[in-house]
Amino acid sequence: MHTIALVGNPNSGKTTLFNAITGSNQHVGNWPGVTVEKKEGFFTYKDEKYTLVDLPGSYTLGAFSEDEIVARDFVLKGNPDVVINVIDATNIKRNLYLTIQLLEMGANVVLALNMIDEAKSKKINIDIKRLSERLNVPIVETSASKKIGVDELLKVTVESIGRKTKPLEISYGKYIDQEIVNIQKLLENKDFLYPKRWMAIKILENDREIISLVSSDSEIKAYIDKLREEDKIFELDIVDKRYDYINNITRELIKEPENVLTTTDKFDKVLTSYIFGVPIFALIMATVFQLTFKIGQDFLGGYVESFIGYIATLVENLLISINAPELLVSFISEGFFGGVGAVLVFVPLIVVLYFFLAILEDTGYMARAAYVMDSLMRKVGLQGKSFISMIVGFGCNVPGIMSTRTLENKKDRMIAILINPFMSCGARLPVYMVFIGAFFPKNGGIVLFLIYALGITMALIMAKVFSKTLFKGEETHFIMELPPYRLPSMNSVFRDMWEKVWEFLKRAGTVIFLVVTILWVLSMLPAGVEPYSKESLLGRIGSFLAPIFTPAGFGTWQASVSLFAGIAAKEAIVGTLGMLYSPMDLTEALRMNFTTLSAISYMVMVLLYTPCAATIATVKRETNSAKWALFMAIYTFLLGYIMAVLVYQIGSLFI
Amino acid sequence: MVLTEIKPNCKCKIKNISKGQMATKRLYELGLNTGAEVKVEKNDFGPVILRVYGNKLALGRGLAEQIEVEEVNN
Ligand SMILES: Nc1nc2c(ncn2[C@@H]2O[C@H](COP(=O)(O)OP(=O)(O)OP(=O)(O)O)[C@@H](O)[C@H]2O)c(=O)[nH]1
Ligand SMILES: [Mg+2]
Repeated sequence: MHTIALVGNPNSGKTTLFNAITGSNQHVGNWPGVTVEKKEGFFTYKDEKYTLVDLPGSYTLGAFSEDEIVARDFVLKGNPDVVINVIDATNIKRNLYLTIQLLEMGANVVLALNMIDEAKSKKINIDIKRLSERLNVPIVETSASKKIGVDELLKVTVESIGRKTKPLEISYGKYIDQEIVNIQKLLENKDFLYPKRWMAIKILENDREIISLVSSDSEIKAYIDKLREEDKIFELDIVDKRYDYINNITRELIKEPENVLTTTDKFDKVLTSYIFGVPIFALIMATVFQLTFKIGQDFLGGYVESFIGYIATLVENLLISINAPELLVSFISEGFFGGVGAVLVFVPLIVVLYFFLAILEDTGYMARAAYVMDSLMRKVGLQGKSFISMIVGFGCNVPGIMSTRTLENKKDRMIAILINPFMSCGARLPVYMVFIGAFFPKNGGIVLFLIYALGITMALIMAKVFSKTLFKGEETHFIMELPPYRLPSMNSVFRDMWEKVWEFLKRAGTVIFLVVTILWVLSMLPAGVEPYSKESLLGRIGSFLAPIFTPAGFGTWQASVSLFAGIAAKEAIVGTLGMLYSPMDLTEALRMNFTTLSAISYMVMVLLYTPCAATIATVKRETNSAKWALFMAIYTFLLGYIMAVLVYQIGSLFI
Repeated sequence: MVLTEIKPNCKCKIKNISKGQMATKRLYELGLNTGAEVKVEKNDFGPVILRVYGNKLALGRGLAEQIEVEEVNN
């Protein structure tokens, strides 16, 4: 099967195109660095099947960050038959910088001139025919989000398979050209995968990977060392020459009106302003959570709850009427409906939260949030860009941690990974909701906002601590593109929302179901014991752990067991509490077993303690170290515990 | 003259970037190479916002101070 890769600058619309072609539901957002890993999809054209690979965005083949390395590696080693280079028609010259490198490599390129709708409305005029001739590549105009030009692109791409290409040769000036020839000579007769001239240029560009590839040859290595000694590494001159080349070939072909004040500029005046920037950000986040609460819980939540209750009674009656075994009835009504059902009740809430987060991601505001938070982040030793991973973490910490791949600096990245779990994810929301429902029915919005604010505060404090202790190092710089504001397309908002809601449902059906089942069995054993009692196996385990939590105010065996279940997945806390207290109503049960103060300390614990297994696994993968994963699991537990104890003990002095 | 001294809405040409090689190369590749013309859109507090070719780029102040430029009159 032929493989086709999507390559291009960040935010040029690769994933939108990928979804349009393959019908996938990959995440799209209006900020640079949404996609951080390779994704495969398939499409059929004229009865033949093709593989399409979506890659992270990159500005250059000389990768800086982890996500760029993923893209570069695929282009270099993945042997794509055709590379669809997606370029942003409103910013052609900068986008062509990557194109030039692809052409120098001799890749079989098809240019997708995307965002053509925006270029047209900005009155940018592009002579596509002549540009295509000068670059010697096919160019297709597309508008991925409007699905315009997609068929044409596929046609041209498929036709291009097997097209003979000659690497583009541009002159880097007499001096560098001579050096290129010298190195090319050394590379002659050696067996390397890539065009020799391209490799020579990469060596002069100080490309670490190519240099280490050729360094196996002692003669070449000696030559490179000599170049270094003589200070003949021409990194920056090569960039200059490439831009000269781009300016030359695009001359007269691109006409754009002098910059007029755009809507984006007007918005930015307010949203990035010194005085209003941060307050507006706080207001936006507060509104999102408040609306989530109002619509998801108060407005829609009740319906789902009664619906699930209705089904539960129906099934239970049915089982009893057919004389089903008592154990089965207990499992279905207490384990399944009491446990999994307690989680499912929160689907509307999750839907609304993800709906708003998807809108936020699609507007282009994320990059501005990073901008306004830069100075605060700088104070704790990070930089604005790290903040994006934190906002993504509000949805789920796994993609939050993944998105740190875009951080060029190792120190920034490690700290951003370690503090991400304090950004309270969607799965923890149900836990707060049941406690809010039981103890703060009137002030839910405020309590919720305070919990999130505490999470952010702890994240910033820990960032400061880590940057002073574990990861000292140079100051890093904020470099970030601010994309134009775009009206979120409802299509993509609903798709992103649905993807995450589906994840939630899947977890309810798998992990949560599994946890609840295991705990149900443990609470029925040993045979003959009073179910869900202290004497059951589960009760005994819980009672053994409970004293640890007595200083924090929730030293009951049910609360302890739930916390540990929550490490499998955070919703399991609600599922477990729901099952252990059933058939009693969960809200009633909480009121009997917690005080207002211990409810607060429990929520603090849930906010801060050990993240779920999926998150820990992600930390291990992204840091490439089991030690960091273990460190994460332990330090968060201790921090959560200490904070919960402090809240409870200090609170007890006043109440 | 450095980038942070340029007033909003003024244009300038990049002359030189004195900073560690990593950041410098990144900026070059983003279009802030020698001789490139950029427009300063915002320069008061916090990162500077530039217009480079067709896009807006935000640069931390510390970094912007390391970018030597030359004002362009139009
Ligand atoms: N107006 C317009 N917007 C588009 C078009 N294609 C994509 N977009 C929008 O551009 C933004 C970026 O799209 P993505 O598909 O996430 O871009 P990407 O290239 O995958 O970005 P990274 O994964 O960050 O590299 C989203 O807000 C899209 O809705 C287009 O043709 N026209
Ligand atoms: Mg993408």
